[in-house]
Amino acid sequence: MKKYSAFAIAREAMRGHKGWEEQWSSPEPKKEYDVIIVGAGGHGLATAYYLATVHGITNVAVLEKGWLGGGNTGRNTTIIRSNYLYDESAGIYDHALKLWDGLSQELNYNVMYSARGVMMLAHNVHDVQVLKRHVHANRLNGIDNEWLTPEQANEFCPPLNISKEARYPVVGAALQRRGGTARHDAVAWGYARGASARGVHIIQNCEVTGVKRAPNGAVTGVETTRGFIGAKKVGVVAAGHSSVIMNMAGVRMPLESYPLQALVSEPVKPVVPCVVMSNTVHAYISQSDKGELVIGAGTDQYVSYSQTGGLHILQHTLDAICEMFPIFTRMKMLRSWGGIVDVTPDRSPILAKTPVPGLYVNCGWGTGGFKATPGSGHVFAHTIAKDDPHPINAPFTIERFRTGRLIDEAAAAAVAH
Amino acid sequence: MLLIRCPYCEEERPELEFRNAGEAHIARSANMAGESDDDFEKFFFIRSNPKGIIYERWRHMHGCARFFNAVRDTVTDKFIMTYKAGEPKPAKLPGASK
Repeated sequence: MKKYSAFAIAREAMRGHKGWEEQWSSPEPKKEYDVIIVGAGGHGLATAYYLATVHGITNVAVLEKGWLGGGNTGRNTTIIRSNYLYDESAGIYDHALKLWDGLSQELNYNVMYSARGVMMLAHNVHDVQVLKRHVHANRLNGIDNEWLTPEQANEFCPPLNISKEARYPVVGAALQRRGGTARHDAVAWGYARGASARGVHIIQNCEVTGVKRAPNGAVTGVETTRGFIGAKKVGVVAAGHSSVIMNMAGVRMPLESYPLQALVSEPVKPVVPCVVMSNTVHAYISQSDKGELVIGAGTDQYVSYSQTGGLHILQHTLDAICEMFPIFTRMKMLRSWGGIVDVTPDRSPILAKTPVPGLYVNCGWGTGGFKATPGSGHVFAHTIAKDDPHPINAPFTIERFRTGRLIDEAAAAAVAH
Repeated sequence: MLLIRCPYCEEERPELEFRNAGEAHIARSANMAGESDDDFEKFFFIRSNPKGIIYERWRHMHGCARFFNAVRDTVTDKFIMTYKAGEPKPAKLPGASK
């Protein structure tokens, strides 16, 4: 792998940019690997990367039915934050946030992590109570979060409407300054390049159609559209399709898959300097470096794999955006899209060993998995390599739905699900 | 937005009138306190989440307000049929080859 640097740009400029090499190779699948990761999204590629760099396991294949980063990694709204209520969630999301800081240097790939601040609005007394509780809980966990008055919120985000005449006036806000955004595609590409350089095989257009198990129940490999590929360990990181893959191994999951939509506006000059979220009016917004307003909508109410969603969901979100930012009422929206998110009953992810020996699962990130990408890959690689969870992901078992030891962020994740 | 046929109103109405109520044909135990942890987990948390045909409950909130069941393809979102609550799971689907 050739290192990217200012010197490399100058060198290539001198010779007509003929020396750039492919960022990752596309090898033919081998007959057998030590570890197979199902799904080449951010989480899967990060897992492969940390298997190689932290644990020295490089005989790894990442299988992807479509193209690399073409699922939810390329469809999300790239918000990064760690202001979750419960200790377990704070642990895993802040682990990720710490890895975001410095990730560009680690990968030698600009993931454009921008700690521009995530501000969550309160519109009524209940919001104030909930968000202040978050501020205190976060601080106890060593996570930055601070309370702002409407005037301070307006100072931090000038286009925000704090008029008392608004239908849902802003009465305060919680701000996590370390929160922000990153470039989603670059995250997938950076991890893919780093993993590939260390010998990991990334195999696109290779759909897993079955999971093979030995008579003793242990995993022996996967059937794919490109033939059988053997492995003693298989990690399923398939987002909305996780339950489909797990069913192939005979494991029924506490998951339901829903379409989640997002949309972007026409590009404009810098106007929104941070991320603004509101659970009460249900909207969140940031501005990409290209100038587009990036807006996240809600999920549809029914199980679907259609990667599309109802127009009324987008309309509802835009109503809220116009309420928060009257300045945007005449903006044109450029495009909208949907992704399929896998949601657990307690809205917390599952990163764990499974009842099947050699089978591991990293799923259930629901509507907010992007922010966790580095941390999720890091602890999931540990879980696979050691056949034992990392202390950070130890609480995120499948068994919690039997024992009742839930991590019930459903009403606490500081985001409307 | 989906168009959904309410089997009570016998009319196709827009999705906004309805509320999805999750997977259908999951029977609640008559003796909940006697359920084992495994059985309770299956009843309460585990879902089939199929990529394909799903049997699901809907409620015609802003119409007759009654619950009913539907058969839908989760890949195309097309409804295959709807039927009244309490009716058995259809053994044969209209248009299906088997």
